Amino acid sequence: MGTVTDVTDVTAPSLEVAGLAFAYPDGHQALFGVDFTLARGERVALLGPNGAGKTTLVLHLNGILTAGAGTVKVAGLPVGRQHMAEIRRRVGIVFQDPDDQLFMPTVREDVAFGPAAAGLKGAELEARVDRALERVGMAEFKARPPHHLSFGQRRRVAVATVLAMEPEILVLDEPSSNLDPASRRELADILRSLDVTVLMVTHDLPYALELCPRSLILSEGVIAADGRTGELLADDELMRAHRLELPFGFDPRSVTMGA
Amino acid sequence: MGAGHTHKLYRHGHSPVHALPPHTKLTAVFAFVVVVVSTPREAVWAFALYAALLGTVAYAARVPASFLLKRLLIEVPFVAFAVLMPFVAQGERVDVLGMSLSVNGLWGAWNVLAKGTLGVAASVLLAATTELRELLLGLQRLGLPPLLVQIASFMIRYGDVITDEMRRMRIARESRGFEARGVRHWGVLAKSAGALFIRSYERGERVHLAMISRGYAGSMPVIDEVTASRAQWSYALTLPCAALVVCLLGWAL
Repeated sequence: MGTVTDVTDVTAPSLEVAGLAFAYPDGHQALFGVDFTLARGERVALLGPNGAGKTTLVLHLNGILTAGAGTVKVAGLPVGRQHMAEIRRRVGIVFQDPDDQLFMPTVREDVAFGPAAAGLKGAELEARVDRALERVGMAEFKARPPHHLSFGQRRRVAVATVLAMEPEILVLDEPSSNLDPASRRELADILRSLDVTVLMVTHDLPYALELCPRSLILSEGVIAADGRTGELLADDELMRAHRLELPFGFDPRSVTMGA
Repeated sequence: MGAGHTHKLYRHGHSPVHALPPHTKLTAVFAFVVVVVSTPREAVWAFALYAALLGTVAYAARVPASFLLKRLLIEVPFVAFAVLMPFVAQGERVDVLGMSLSVNGLWGAWNVLAKGTLGVAASVLLAATTELRELLLGLQRLGLPPLLVQIASFMIRYGDVITDEMRRMRIARESRGFEARGVRHWGVLAKSAGALFIRSYERGERVHLAMISRGYAGSMPVIDEVTASRAQWSYALTLPCAALVVCLLGWAL
């Protein structure tokens, strides 16, 4: 992997998306030139109505879909056929349904899957699994089968499966969906404690405000707005224009943020 | 819904038999069954010795007799067939309790019954001391194609998920006043089955996506290397070797 590490540039931003356009084989165009950059260590929310192309964009980040036009770079390394394995190690995607994400018979094997696919073995692999599970507070569930865990626990294990690969950037698809308020807060605490770049795709605007200082609004296949989350949510006209609605009684102006 | 990781045949424990690597146990059981089947049926005492050998294994595995006997019930349909043999077989006949039975048939029935029971008992012991997951690893180690092992392990993982989906669909049907009565409703059930198939298929696609996102490139990474030491092999093979001695004596005497 010598050539790959050469391309890694510590000063490069975690994620650079430039001019990304994509049409599905059936002719439906989902993305029309998306541009944005995430600096290292940033936590950013990607907001947008249903059908805005959020999932399509996410699948471009690790090369599952490849762009018709434009480029995606992860820590300076362009997403492309030559180094797909390295790209997939660097971009950790946590899918919405943990039952899709957790496909191995036990939690331990599931968390080990990614690093083992990258060639890690023995004690080193074991240590990697333990560390990832500790970071999400699930260390004592190591030997359990995923389908015997609660939904919130499964979501946390799903995050651990990705953390075990020591990714450059963590991409979460609707992380708060189906979680009860306690699990939701626990997940927020975990996400805040991580020192990786986070891109969070969500409809849950209060959650975005709580966790992400910066937000992007993806609407009709382009980035319609990019700015501080609090300011975007307070802009009624912008919100209405992109079918984004705050929950009843929630006023972003009344929330005081530490960050 | 205890299926999945803790299947009903498995009995959790920490005996020396539980601790053996799965592929040694699989080999031992297979060899044992082959030896038992090749024993002459007239050597009745040999089968008693085989049963005693299995009893010793059960004792070492701390599997109680009641557990073993209950799971032997799976054999009942075959037993029923064996019971018929003395009545229908041809040849020399004897009178037992006023019924005319075929001698050949009696031997045949005994043969099926004894060998079948021993084979099932050995398999039940294997299943009671080995987790499903481990069995798969063992089979893979013994050269079963990895693709088959992957398919089987996905069945273990997603069996519950799909049963649950089926249950939710049933509840949704019943909540709208549907109850399956007779042939007229088979159409609805068939459509539900079709919908379940499509949902499972789509789930399969999403799982595949999640797998390639984490670096899957066509083969499962090896997480647990199953290896057996010489001592473990010889411990596991004690059973078929002892059985082989009994079998050879059965032919010699």
